[in-house]
Amino acid sequence: MIFDNLKILFHQGKQYIPDVTTVEVPGIFRGRPVISREPVDGEQLAALCPTGALTASPVTIDLGKCTFCGECAHRFPEKVRFTKDYHLSTNVRERLVIREGEDRPVEVDPTQVRREVHRLLGRSLKLRQVSAAGDNSAEWELNAANNVQFDMSRFGIEFVASPRHADGVVITGPISENMAEPLQICYEAVPEPKIVVLAGTDAISGGIYAGSPALNRNFTERYAPDLYIAGNPPHPLTVINGLLDLTRKKG
Amino acid sequence: MDFISIKNNSALPLASVPELDYHTFFEVNTSLMRGDPGRHCATLHGIPEKERVRLLCAIADDATGEIHLSTSVVSRDQVLRSMAGEVPACERFEREIHENFGISYTGHPWLKPVRYPFDRADRSQEIASYPFYSMESDELHEVGVGPIHAGVIEPGHFRFICNGEQILHLEIQLGFQHRGVEALFLRQQGVLQQVMLAEGIAGDTVAGHTTAHSMVREALAGVDAGEGAAFSRTMALELERMAIHTGDMAALCTDVAYQLGSAVFGRLRTPLVNFFQEWGGNRLGKGLIRPGRNQFPFTPQLGTRLSAILDAYERDFEEMSAMLFNLPSALSRFERTGVVSREDLLSIGAVGMAARMGGLTRDIRSSHPSLWYPSLAHQPVVKHHGDVYSRVQIRRDEIRQSMHHVRQLLEQIPDTVESRILPEIMAPGRLALSLVEGWRGEICHCALTGPHGELRHYKVKDPSFHNWMALALAVRNNEISDFPICNKSFNLSYCGHDL
Repeated sequence: MIFDNLKILFHQGKQYIPDVTTVEVPGIFRGRPVISREPVDGEQLAALCPTGALTASPVTIDLGKCTFCGECAHRFPEKVRFTKDYHLSTNVRERLVIREGEDRPVEVDPTQVRREVHRLLGRSLKLRQVSAAGDNSAEWELNAANNVQFDMSRFGIEFVASPRHADGVVITGPISENMAEPLQICYEAVPEPKIVVLAGTDAISGGIYAGSPALNRNFTERYAPDLYIAGNPPHPLTVINGLLDLTRKKG
Repeated sequence: MDFISIKNNSALPLASVPELDYHTFFEVNTSLMRGDPGRHCATLHGIPEKERVRLLCAIADDATGEIHLSTSVVSRDQVLRSMAGEVPACERFEREIHENFGISYTGHPWLKPVRYPFDRADRSQEIASYPFYSMESDELHEVGVGPIHAGVIEPGHFRFICNGEQILHLEIQLGFQHRGVEALFLRQQGVLQQVMLAEGIAGDTVAGHTTAHSMVREALAGVDAGEGAAFSRTMALELERMAIHTGDMAALCTDVAYQLGSAVFGRLRTPLVNFFQEWGGNRLGKGLIRPGRNQFPFTPQLGTRLSAILDAYERDFEEMSAMLFNLPSALSRFERTGVVSREDLLSIGAVGMAARMGGLTRDIRSSHPSLWYPSLAHQPVVKHHGDVYSRVQIRRDEIRQSMHHVRQLLEQIPDTVESRILPEIMAPGRLALSLVEGWRGEICHCALTGPHGELRHYKVKDPSFHNWMALALAVRNNEISDFPICNKSFNLSYCGHDL
């Protein structure tokens, strides 16, 4: 029995990703888009976007609204190109807006991070996740962030069961009216100082559900988010890098 | 005729569906369902027509591969005879009709709220004051769990009535995930917007729901997306099943504290979801399936790559499975835990894997086949004990079967690059219905066009709509500490139910 166990362990080889900040993701991952200066019919381009994340003139893409469907790049490949850059988290909402002719990373601005975040949460971060009408894709990727490959807990970042044990909440989903009260109760149960993280397009802007009468997004106006993690759903590497940048990057 | 029979994924004028008085509607549909377990209700819902409501019932006939449709127009203040009194499987459909339109029923066990939608008939009903079943006794106590759970999962409330450690009764309250998806289908008429809504119905069943949506949209537009698209969809459906089943086996190992199984199955899911990313740019298959189009044609290069991934996967999967299925400490937790009888599954109308694990052969891939399934000659995997062990076994066996299907598909990669532009405007006054076997089971999408060819009505049924009741029954007389494995062994969708 023990030999069978050891054999299985041996057959797994090395699974963990040694450097989560630089590893390349496989395939044609749709990460941070780059918009060229190529002249195109901006109105036609913007009309393609299912969530109104694209503006026509100048051409910009708001990653807080973008569902990463890739339709703009599919129809206007010379204008929009999605790179494999999974660093898509920031604490400044405007930084999620990608502009024409710019190719610069989406980053956390360390000067805008509250001091206690660095001081108290830099080495150990416990988070309470709240799915507020999330479609179970962002939740899925948050779970994957803790599997043996991405292994987020090696950085001292973990999801915990009780809000009393947490240093903040990670919200997924566009926040339904029916989840507004449970979310509020959960947030209030987290001791100070605490952070608010919005994970995924639905949480950041409502995504494809924006404007639905079944939502109640007052929470996002009441409490200033500390981190926006873009993606539909966010890739586990986007999540891990975002949380690390927020808590460890010093200004 | 009292009903009209159509094939899966087809459209017809709404006017050609027989409109019956409610009494006949009741008799026709209940007698169809009572006669034969192979005939079950795929959907029963209301379509608002000014002051009145048109009820639409679709009975899927597994033996003939047909879907029998009939309608009945009723007024909102009418009190109807409940079909659930005769066929309990209709119970939740009628609750939904009651909640949405205020229509009352006689002979229904309890017309409880289903999901507290924003447009419910009675706005005074609040999710915080759900009418739970309760028992008065000094011997019993209640345990409330949720809506927010201990792990990173979706919200829902579980209310247990326990006698010591033993569960007498579980009631599951849902609705927290309601985003108004069906109404959004009508507000957002763009083809791309609508398929994105379909992607989000249940983000763990992207291939299932986008395929059903695409088939409905194409049937209404009278467009065939071509064999390349059909191939991609079949491939995506089977890969999705493999990936999720693998993840579920990891989670089941976690819930019996078997660390090795949890880690190994957990990491085995990664190459499968990463293949989705290599193919279509997203680990969950978002962006892959589009109505009328084959957005990411499956190339022979992808085939070679997938073949290598499967070979590596199979070795490690079989090694780990052999270990798990011979491990007494795991088996003793799985066996005879959370049993649901075949009779109960039949009466609540269970579908998909949750039906097949208890001896009920329900599988749209064989009963109402479309896409490439006819050529795969799919035979449903059926288990008979209805316990957690059966649900673990069925996952292992379905993973093997899907792998076999995928390998067969890999030998027939079509060499086509056709792409059709789907018209935004469809033929007016037509009804279309699609049934797709997602990894959880039968997904039903039903759409109706209005006088200008726009979508006038959209109705989604996730298999979880039926199967949540199976979980509630499974945990009876079990220890409350076994609830997590019972729950995980079904792995039902909250958002797919709440819409």
